[in-house]
Amino acid sequence: MAPGVTNSFGIMRNFIRFIIRYHFLFLFLLFETFCFYLLINYNHRHQETFINSSGKVVASFLEISGTFKDYVSLRRANEELSRENALLRTQIPENIPSISEPKLARQESDDLFIYQYRAGKVINNSVHRAHNFITINKGSKHGIAPEMGVISARGLVGIVRHVSPNYSTAISLLNNQFRVSAKLRDSNYFGVLEWDGKSYQHAILTEIPGHAPVSTGDAIVTSGYSTIFPEGILIGTIEDYQLHQGEGFYEIRVKLSVDFKNLTYVEVVEKTSGEEQKQLENLMQND
Amino acid sequence: MINTLGKYIFHFIVIILIQVLILNNLNLSGYINPFLYVIVLLTLPVEMPGWLLLLAGMITGLIIDAFLNTIGVHASAGVFLAYLRPYFLRYLAPREGYEPGSLPTPSHFGFVWFFKYVLLAVFAHHLFLFIIEVFTFEGILRTIWKTIVSTIFTVGFIMIAQLFSGSKKKAF
Repeated sequence: MAPGVTNSFGIMRNFIRFIIRYHFLFLFLLFETFCFYLLINYNHRHQETFINSSGKVVASFLEISGTFKDYVSLRRANEELSRENALLRTQIPENIPSISEPKLARQESDDLFIYQYRAGKVINNSVHRAHNFITINKGSKHGIAPEMGVISARGLVGIVRHVSPNYSTAISLLNNQFRVSAKLRDSNYFGVLEWDGKSYQHAILTEIPGHAPVSTGDAIVTSGYSTIFPEGILIGTIEDYQLHQGEGFYEIRVKLSVDFKNLTYVEVVEKTSGEEQKQLENLMQND
Repeated sequence: MINTLGKYIFHFIVIILIQVLILNNLNLSGYINPFLYVIVLLTLPVEMPGWLLLLAGMITGLIIDAFLNTIGVHASAGVFLAYLRPYFLRYLAPREGYEPGSLPTPSHFGFVWFFKYVLLAVFAHHLFLFIIEVFTFEGILRTIWKTIVSTIFTVGFIMIAQLFSGSKKKAF
């Protein structure tokens, strides 16, 4: 036999031996590649996947565990509902003092009609991960669609991400991917609110200019500039703040008004005239 | 053989239900989340072929992911654990090697051996899991702290779970 043939045969055999020797490692890398493909696809392109908690099987399991939790938290749920009742009662037209500024009151009530609210119940929720989600027991059958806002009686909660016929999942405010335009209620200076992943009771408000009047205890509300949330939904109160000397912007730590550990009933907000604004804004981005 | 497989599937379903219905709702001081479900992967037979281990790791992870909305996070951690398991077992092997058909459980190798095995495996799994979950090395100290605390709780839960299922002698 010619030496060249033996040689290439030997290389081939060594190669096969190499593959067999390390087949477990190669298999491992193959599996991990697939997992990372799922991970990156899901987190960075916000694509619809089959495997999420608005899926039918998973959601019905969660609803079972939700019913157990309901009994335990009935008292708190009652408190929450009566709080909401009180809030709604204050908004009845008869209770709004319209003698001094009748025109302004009219405008406000007109503005409220643009939004539609649908009540839902939280059947799954988390607060201690980097990406927290909420599953709600209402879905596309009930008129819920992605990119709608989620609020509770105490304030802002999240944004709907995925919808199935009977359920929907929302990204919680406690999620690294969550951003919302927020402002100081008293002075209307606005900035961006994000979660820093540290505590389920706090979020960070940035981009408030240095000359804005800021003091602890001030209320932070939604700005209403996005098509998702109405103006003036409570987010929380200022706990502490610092002014970055070089940049001239405040970094404000906000104590969230919503207790994310005890979330039972929420409302999904739809801005019915929002489509037009969104189309107009998309036009600007495309140019 | 069928009987053993059936037992595994039953075991699997019970553990997964405990994980998703009870433990996932447990918020102990913010960031402690015990992941009891890794016990399913840890107690598979010693001689289980590698590809089946990896597959089991991925499927278990994906089921947990479905409940937590974390697609890929637990799946990749499960695969990682399945990959490391044979090395841990080799490292902890008794001097005369493993008998055919043995299970890595306290009833086969004793409580101390099992504790060491679980501690090693759970720590590796949780470290990988929390790094993937954050996806950056930004808060590495925080991630390690989270890993240590959660490892303690997961190991605790696994040891308790073994007390309930450990009474029966060798399964084969």
